[in-house]
Amino acid sequence: LVSIQEKLPSLFTKRLQREYCCALVLYTWRHPNDILPLTLTSATQELFGCRCDEDVTGDNPYKILRKEDIVQDMRMRAAVSDFSPMKQLVLDYPEDELLLVYDRDFIYGSSFYLVLTADAKERHLKPVVALGVEVALEREPSEVFATQKTSEPQPWISLGSEQEIEEESVTDSRPRYRISRVRREFGAPIFFSDRNAMETKDGFIECTPYQDKNFSLKQMERHTGVQTIPNLKSSSTQTQWTYPRSMCTQYEPREFSEEKKENCLQSEKLKNFVNSVASRFEMAIQQNEIMDVFFDDWKALSEEDSGYGRKADPHLKEYQSFTDLHFSKEKTISNINWHPTINGVIAVAVTERLSFEDRINGSTKLLLNPSLILFWSFSDPINPQLLLECPDDVFSFEFCPSDPNIIVGGCMNGQVVLWDISTHVEQLQGTRTSDKRENETPVVRYCAVSGIENGHKAPITDIQWLPGTFEVSRMGVPMENKNGICVQIVTCAPDCCVMFWDIRAPRVLQTMADQRKQKVEEKPLENPHGVPNTFKHLDLTWKPLIRLQLVLSTTFCPQDGELVYTDWKLEKDNDSGRLFSAKPSHRFIIHDGQVNTVRRSPFFKDIILTVGGWTFAIWKEGVTNGPIIQSSCSQKKCTVGYWSQSRPAVLFIGKEDGNIDVWDLLEKTHEPSQTQNITATQITCIKPWIVSSKQHLLAVSDHLGTLMYSILPSVKYFEKEVDRLVYFEKRREMRAKEKKDYEAEELRKKTVRYSI
Amino acid sequence: IATFLGRKLQPRPQNEVEETLKRIQGQKGVQGIIIVNAEGIPIKTTLDNSSTVQYAGLIHQLVMKARSTVRDIDPQNDLTFLRVRSKKNEIMIAPDKDYFLIVIQNPSD
Repeated sequence: LVSIQEKLPSLFTKRLQREYCCALVLYTWRHPNDILPLTLTSATQELFGCRCDEDVTGDNPYKILRKEDIVQDMRMRAAVSDFSPMKQLVLDYPEDELLLVYDRDFIYGSSFYLVLTADAKERHLKPVVALGVEVALEREPSEVFATQKTSEPQPWISLGSEQEIEEESVTDSRPRYRISRVRREFGAPIFFSDRNAMETKDGFIECTPYQDKNFSLKQMERHTGVQTIPNLKSSSTQTQWTYPRSMCTQYEPREFSEEKKENCLQSEKLKNFVNSVASRFEMAIQQNEIMDVFFDDWKALSEEDSGYGRKADPHLKEYQSFTDLHFSKEKTISNINWHPTINGVIAVAVTERLSFEDRINGSTKLLLNPSLILFWSFSDPINPQLLLECPDDVFSFEFCPSDPNIIVGGCMNGQVVLWDISTHVEQLQGTRTSDKRENETPVVRYCAVSGIENGHKAPITDIQWLPGTFEVSRMGVPMENKNGICVQIVTCAPDCCVMFWDIRAPRVLQTMADQRKQKVEEKPLENPHGVPNTFKHLDLTWKPLIRLQLVLSTTFCPQDGELVYTDWKLEKDNDSGRLFSAKPSHRFIIHDGQVNTVRRSPFFKDIILTVGGWTFAIWKEGVTNGPIIQSSCSQKKCTVGYWSQSRPAVLFIGKEDGNIDVWDLLEKTHEPSQTQNITATQITCIKPWIVSSKQHLLAVSDHLGTLMYSILPSVKYFEKEVDRLVYFEKRREMRAKEKKDYEAEELRKKTVRYSI
Repeated sequence: IATFLGRKLQPRPQNEVEETLKRIQGQKGVQGIIIVNAEGIPIKTTLDNSSTVQYAGLIHQLVMKARSTVRDIDPQNDLTFLRVRSKKNEIMIAPDKDYFLIVIQNPSD
C-alpha cells in the first residue's frame, strides 16, 4: 500500500486527486492491472521533471512521459534505473507517451504509479465526475482510506463467474463438417446397402471387455469370528482278546566268565576309574569312622540317665514257688510266716476257698478235711515238711518270739490254738538222717485249744504275741514281765472283741485279787495223739485273760473301713462292778473297703500303715486329724500291705490282680515305684524277711494256694544315695565346664565378628 | 626280548587296582567291595556270589535313577557319589561312565 501511495503522481488537481483517491480506496487491497506502482528516486524525478510537490503536486499529479525517454534512461542506467523492473511493460506500451501519476497519499503503496494501458490513460486524464459523489456517499466510514468520492464505472474484472455460464451455453466445439455432392445428383434417389462390418479393415471399432485390474480387489481384511472346539476324531479299533495263562519264568543273573572278568580287571579304564574314585571312598569311610552323624545323642542321653536310679531296682525275681497238690489244692493261703530261727522255712496257713454259704452247705465235708498249716522248706518245693493240724481253718498264726517252737493260731470258729513242734525241729532244720526218708509228711496235732464258748464268736482275724518284756495285768495295766518270755497273746475278731490270753498256768494268776476272776482251770489230759503236754493245763479250758468289748459294731480292723484307736484299759464300773472297756478315743473312716492290714513300721514306732479298699494310709500316733499320707485310689483293690524290713520308706502292697506294688515313699508318693505281677490271682499275704544283710526275701502267697518267695534286690539305700550324689557332683562339674567352654566359644565368635 | 619285557610288566596295572581295593578294604568297618560294570554285571567282589549279585542288580537301578534325577534337574550336572545310610550299615557308590564301585561299611564299629 505504501508503494502504491508513493507511485501516485502528483499531476492531478485536488479534485481529481480526491477522485482517484476514492477510486484507490476501492482498490486499496490491490492495485488494478493497468497501473503499476513504482518509486522514483530524486535523480529520476529531476530527469523527467516530475519532482514531488514541485512539478507534480496533489492537484496536478499527472505527468506525461515519453516512451523514448524512459527507454533511453533504462539503456543509460541499466539496472540502476527505476524503470528497469517494468522494462518490458514499457516496451510493450503501444503509444508513445506514458502517464505517470503522482500518488501523494500512497494509495497504491508508492509515491508514483505508471499507467500501463492507453485506456487507463484516457480514463485517468478524463475523469468521470458524475458518479463520484454518489459512490462516496455509499462508502463505509470505517475503511482505512475513508474518502467521500463518487465511483465511476470501472471495466468489469472477471472473477471467474462467466466460466459457469460459458459451460452451460452451447457452442460449437469443433468445426462443422461440410458434405458436398455433385449437382446432378441432387434429388436422385438414394440407395442404401448393407456392408458387413468385418469385411473391411477398420469397419468397426470394437470395444472388447477386458478385466480391468483396477476393479478386481483382493479383500485383504475380513471381519470374522472364530470358535475353537476340541479336535474330535472318530476312530475304531479291534482288540485282540487275550486270556490269562499260567506261566513261569526262571532267571538267573548275568555274570561274566572268568576271562572276561580278568580282561576287565586289567583294562586301563578300570584302573583309571578306581584311582579316581578311591579318594572319595577313603574320605567317606574316614568320616564314618570319626563320627557317626546319625547317632541320636538325645535318645542315648536319656538311657544313660535312667540307668542311674530311676528304676534301678530290678524286678523281683521269683525264686521258688511252693504248691502242694495234695494239701493246698483248691485252697487258699491266708497267712504266711517265716520261721524265726530256721532259715529257709516258711509256714503257711491253708484255708478253704469258700464263701460263707458254701461253708455251711459243705460243712460236713469240711469236717472230714482237716485244716492245716504247712511248713515249707526251700530245699523241697513239692512236699511240705510239716503239717500242723488245726481244728478249723486258721486265719492267722504266729510263732512265739521267745520260743519258735510254740505256734499260736486263731481259728475260724474263734478258738485259739497252740502247737508245740519241738519234736520236729531237727527235721525242719534239715538235719534229717538219711534213713528217715519219709514219704509222708509228719503231722503235728495242736496241743491246746481254747474253749469254744470262751473264745471269739467270729473268726480270729489277727493274733499277736505280746513282747516278752511286759505283760498285761487283769486290769489292763501293762506290767513288766519278769520271765522274759512271751506269755500273752492278743486276739481280735470281727465280733468286736479284743482278747488277751495268758499261756501260763492259772496258778500264777490266782495271786491277783480281783472281783471277778476268770479262772483258767487246769485239767490234766490224756495224751492220745502224741501231743506234748506243754499246754495241757490250758487245753479246752483256756479262757481269755481280758476281754475287751468295743462299743461300736466294728473293731480295729472293721468290715467297712473304719479305723478305731482305743485304749485297752479296763475300767471298773462302780455300780455293777463289771469291768468294761473305755470308749474308743478316735475313729476314722478312711478306707472304702475292709481294712485288711494294720501294721506298725519296723523303723518308726509311731508310724502305722493301714491298707484297705483301694487305698492305703499311713498314720502317726498322736496325730489325730487323719492319716499323714494317704495314697490315691488304685485300679484294683489292695488286699494286703507290709512294710519293708530293710528300707524305712518302702512298703509292699498286694493287689487283687496279683500285682505287687513297691512304694518307695522317698522317691514318689503319687504312684508306686515299681509294679510287678507275681501271680494271676489275688495276693493274700506278703511277708518280707531278712535272711542276712545281703539277702532279703519276700514271700508272697496268692489265692490259689501258691506260695512263692523272691529275692528282693538288695539295694542298700544309703549307698545308692551316695552313688547318686557322686554322680550328680560329677555331672555338675561337667556342666560347669561345658558352660565355660561354651561361653568362651561365644566370646571368641563375637570378637571374630566384630573384628570383621 | 620285547615280549619278555611286555609279559613282565603286565601284572602291574592289575596290582595297582588290587592295592587300591585292599587299602579300602582295610579301613575300619568295611564289610565288602564290589566293582560292577555299566550294565550291572559284577566284575570283582569281596562278598559271596549271591549277595554280590543282589547288590549289583539293586544298586545299579538305584544309581541309574539317582543319576537321571540329578541330570534332569541340571543337565550340566552329574552324579559323583551316592551314600545310602541305613540302620545297620552304609552303602557308598561311586558311579562312572563304564563302571561303579560299591563299598559297604558299618560305621558304628
